[in-house]
Amino acid sequence: MTNDWEEIYQRAKEKWEALEASPIHIRIGTPTCGRAAGALDTLKEFREKLEKEGIQGQITEVGCMGLCFAEPLVIISKPEIGLPPICYRNVTYQEVKRLVDGFILGDDPCLELALGTLDLTEDAAPYIPEMLRFEIEERLVLRNCGYIDPQDIDHYIARGGYLSLRKALGMSPEQIIDEVSKAGLRGRGGAGFPTGRKWDLCRSTKNEMKYIICNADEGDPGAFMDRVVLESDPHSMIEGMIIAAYAVGAYEGFIYTRMEYPLVLDRLEQALMQAREYGLLGEDIFGSGFSFDIETVAGAGAFVCGEETAMIASIEGRRGMPRPRPPYPAEYGLNGEPTVVDNVKTLALVARIMGTGAKGFRSIGTPSSPGTAVFALAGRIEQIGLVEVPMGTTLRQVIFDVGGGVPEGRELKAIQIGGPAGGCVGKEALDLPVDFDSFKAAGAIMGSGGMIVLDENNCMVETARFFLDFLAREECGKCIMGRLGIKQLSLILEEIVRGNGREEDLNLLEEISKDLAEGALCNLGRTAPNPILTTLRYFRDEYEAHIKEKRCPALVCKDLIAYYILPERCERGCEHCVLTCPTEAIVSDEKTRTKRIQQDKCVKCGTCLEICPPEYNAVIKVSPPDRIKELEAKIGG
Amino acid sequence: MDFSIDGKKVKAKKGEKILWAALDAGIEIPHLCAIREAENAWGACRLCFVEIEGRGVVTSCTEPVGEGMMVHTDTERVQRLRKRAMELILADHPMECKTCPKRGDCELLKWMKFLKVKVPKNLRPFPKERLEPDESHPLFVLDPNKCILCGKCIWVCKEKIRADVLDFAYRGYNMRISTFLGKPIAQSPCIGCGECVKVCPVGALYFKDKEEIKEV
Repeated sequence: MTNDWEEIYQRAKEKWEALEASPIHIRIGTPTCGRAAGALDTLKEFREKLEKEGIQGQITEVGCMGLCFAEPLVIISKPEIGLPPICYRNVTYQEVKRLVDGFILGDDPCLELALGTLDLTEDAAPYIPEMLRFEIEERLVLRNCGYIDPQDIDHYIARGGYLSLRKALGMSPEQIIDEVSKAGLRGRGGAGFPTGRKWDLCRSTKNEMKYIICNADEGDPGAFMDRVVLESDPHSMIEGMIIAAYAVGAYEGFIYTRMEYPLVLDRLEQALMQAREYGLLGEDIFGSGFSFDIETVAGAGAFVCGEETAMIASIEGRRGMPRPRPPYPAEYGLNGEPTVVDNVKTLALVARIMGTGAKGFRSIGTPSSPGTAVFALAGRIEQIGLVEVPMGTTLRQVIFDVGGGVPEGRELKAIQIGGPAGGCVGKEALDLPVDFDSFKAAGAIMGSGGMIVLDENNCMVETARFFLDFLAREECGKCIMGRLGIKQLSLILEEIVRGNGREEDLNLLEEISKDLAEGALCNLGRTAPNPILTTLRYFRDEYEAHIKEKRCPALVCKDLIAYYILPERCERGCEHCVLTCPTEAIVSDEKTRTKRIQQDKCVKCGTCLEICPPEYNAVIKVSPPDRIKELEAKIGG
Repeated sequence: MDFSIDGKKVKAKKGEKILWAALDAGIEIPHLCAIREAENAWGACRLCFVEIEGRGVVTSCTEPVGEGMMVHTDTERVQRLRKRAMELILADHPMECKTCPKRGDCELLKWMKFLKVKVPKNLRPFPKERLEPDESHPLFVLDPNKCILCGKCIWVCKEKIRADVLDFAYRGYNMRISTFLGKPIAQSPCIGCGECVKVCPVGALYFKDKEEIKEV
């Protein structure tokens, strides 16, 4: 078996080197995010164009580099011109001709389309030196993402893949657990529980049958870390999972992911099949006598199934509902057997730790949270995408230096971290270092890595309402606190954004939140009040404005705002607003021809504000709606 | 195993849950969903909270007794959490006690009085949708409007009788008990054993003829 591996490794290496040496090599990112931006059309266009022009070039479909704002991302290497590979941004099929004619056939590198050049770090992780973000980023989990073909195991192997597994199988399970514990690895699913301790608990539970489950049931709105990793580099997780299985003594593993991630499921199946062909999964792995195999399970899209006990119930074919813990799955899990449940990124990091050793891993990050953190940056931010930074990096660096800050010069208001049950921290938290303990102290949780940036145009009460409404719809319904508590909280918030808030509501929100945090059955229920508690902590004045003045300071809550046309700015001759108003609420003054909104007919859709030409910019929002009367009185006077 | 509840010495088998040990010792702890014979504790009603010194608040139906454990049933936190859970249930429950077939035998009412909790006035009304009671079965009626979703009927039907007629359907606030595909019980494989009716703590399942109880 070992000899076979040498052969496999050599073949993979030669294949990779041949690809690197190819005179023209085009990498196109075709994960789900790239596809949404049109990457498949770009791919087709490149193929056709190359064929038509008779160019001998290689095209590789790669995963996602995390630069979602630049999708479809294309990397072209043409060694003969003496330049490193060049990354091109937003290459839709229309740009293909320009690149082929300009760069591939000619010698114009088309820099106007370029994001930068592609270089490799000491660790051979690709980066773009022209971009500031890469000075801050450190890519352990995302090391191969967007650079290798996730559908070809040889690419992974050529870049050192499965060497960690080989090394690990030469060690005793206790040594592996010890190494992971020494590395200080904490679970990347959100809670940050020490991975080594979890494994040790499972290993020391005497039982013949044990299981390992990879939790890839990523359901947070605005989070896509696990999807990107599994679509771009599935073997990094699989390798870690095999190591984990060997360490705890499991012979069977499950990857639980969402049916809504069809590409993840496809790529996982393919990766598992390739790993089996190479003898990396199945009987007697690497001739070590250790046997292990993995099955994928597609969940039906229930958010609550991300909770480990609900996930186990779902795999067992039962209704996805959490059960009381303890006993923890490490002692009593799938089919009542000891089970380790780990997040995708945790497992991907395991493979890295076994490669570089605990010391190497500890050299990154902070003493209590070693390693890196992967975030999905979304919301009101310039460069939406995935980032991986060492723990301890400040939020300010993540949002401004890596993410490029808030677009259009607007001001950052809050950062929503940790998924729907995470929290919103205000600007004052910008210097908070990214790590499990600092986030907790600020009232948020690390969560699995969703980070949504909110700006001055976001209403914090509405944001809390949105998340509570999401949770009320997604929680399972089993326990009273979860079913009725979360629903009650969302009902109160609903009334506040509608202008029906009562003074005692703030108190009530806080009290129910406190009771849920202590008294709900599972962590979904216990953390559900977080959006309320954190917004109350950092943005209490907004709640008070909604309740006492019936005013929405961010001009978002429909029932608390009105649209108004400033007569002095209205161009008069222009009829855009009148013609587009769906309820014919806008009338033209017979004499002056200035436009006026009839408030009783207005449905506050905002079309007039959108359509009013920017040079006039005559439509404004006011809150509370009564302010219209003041404004109109002024005109009348 | 020796431990204490509210200062009173209590003995229990190893592995016994606090709730049952307390009830055996004559100490009342409110509970609506717990089933003693069930292999795994359910833990849904959130009424049986107790506080363990040095540990904090736990649900007594899920927590096994420990040697020397000092359990309290009347601390401020225990009272507060029990009250909250009860208030939430009451705010969502049609308080039609006068006409309820479970009158005189309702566990919800019993624990409501025990906890001295009233129907809360400060909560927002739940958007409860009125559902049609299922009267198709000759022996009993299923009135989903009164159901508090404790899950006891499902446990006896699935785990004890193994008839598998009832289960939960839908999610979140919309969760309810249902037959497969929501068919009337008369069209389900129900064997009419009546066990579900006997364990229902409220008026969600009741015999059409009260005499029926004796017959079954």
